[in-house]
Amino acid sequence: MTNNKKIYDKGMVIIGLCIFVVVITFPFWFNFGNAAPAPEPKIADKAKAAKECVRPKAFMKVEHMQILNEWRDTVVRDAKRIYVNSSGKEFNMSLTNTCLDCHTEKAEFCDKCHDYASVSPYCWECHIDPKETK
Amino acid sequence: MKSSRRKFLKIAGVSALGLGAKPVLDVLASSGEHEATSTPEIKKGKDALTAKRWAMVVDTRKIESEEDLKPIIEACHKIHNVPDLENKNHEIKWIWAEEFQHGFSTQEYEFADERVKHLPFLTLCNHCENAACVRVCPTKATFKREDGIVLMDFHRCIGCRFCMAACPYGSRSFNFRDPRPFIKETNPEFPTRTKGVVEKCNFCAERLAVGKLPACVEASNGVLTFGDLDDPESEVRKLLKTNYAIRRKPALGAGPSVFYII
Repeated sequence: MTNNKKIYDKGMVIIGLCIFVVVITFPFWFNFGNAAPAPEPKIADKAKAAKECVRPKAFMKVEHMQILNEWRDTVVRDAKRIYVNSSGKEFNMSLTNTCLDCHTEKAEFCDKCHDYASVSPYCWECHIDPKETK
Repeated sequence: MKSSRRKFLKIAGVSALGLGAKPVLDVLASSGEHEATSTPEIKKGKDALTAKRWAMVVDTRKIESEEDLKPIIEACHKIHNVPDLENKNHEIKWIWAEEFQHGFSTQEYEFADERVKHLPFLTLCNHCENAACVRVCPTKATFKREDGIVLMDFHRCIGCRFCMAACPYGSRSFNFRDPRPFIKETNPEFPTRTKGVVEKCNFCAERLAVGKLPACVEASNGVLTFGDLDDPESEVRKLLKTNYAIRRKPALGAGPSVFYII
């Protein structure tokens, strides 16, 4: 049996393959170690003083968008505007008047993480950041 | 050879099962924790004003000129962040003054009394019983609340303007431009609108929720009366019982909730 498993122009092919692999992986090794650090949202003094949010911190971190969605629907559609949390505290369900009343630094609190995660919620096209209007 | 492959496959299968089950168990465990710690409740404010069918009575006998209407219109437009656009085609209005011949086009006639002919009528969304805008809205952004208020969910509005075509009273305005630069004084407590949504009077749903009457009623010096049409003892029913009142374009059958004492 003759050996017909022969690569023609072996040297060129291997050099070509090497160049190909280098070019394809360029973004990975070029940016290696340069990952932007995860931002640490700044908690405003008023929020710090209040100690506890509507729900526990871990829950808010992960599910604040679901809460806001729920608030939006019940306020507009069911005309129910008061939220009573598990410890019995009542909140007016309002992004501008309740959330931002404590978290006074929208740029340092909301935007920082949203920018990092590359999400752009359009809440602020209508809802007002009291700081921006002053 | 054969028996070892068999053994290997057995072990591999069991390990795969174990690895697969772990995340599922984690999720179940964590969701259980959430349920246990919190049962939040959502309710109405204790001061909230409620009714079966909110209605408004405009006593036109107390109006002399457009000057009387200005503070009423301003009160509304100011608290709701209604922009003031110069271009008439882009105009946004929640409550405005209208001549009799335009507002009451089906009731207008040649020999109508001079006072009525030249009187400015305060017009706004009629919060109709059978609202055409609610029927045509493809996204249910406009809907009828239990208390009779025809309300808009701006989050859902896609700006198709079917409601504007359907409304026989011209009560709706479309945001052709971003309204924010045209709001003189922004009220941070109420959101603005964005380009591409329709807006209109909301009978001050946000004020009723905290026990306040609509802003226009408060600013009207008794020209406007607000109350429950379903309650025979309410102010509006008392007024309607003792005075003759008309509504805009009644033959259309929309059943407006805004009445005008002539």
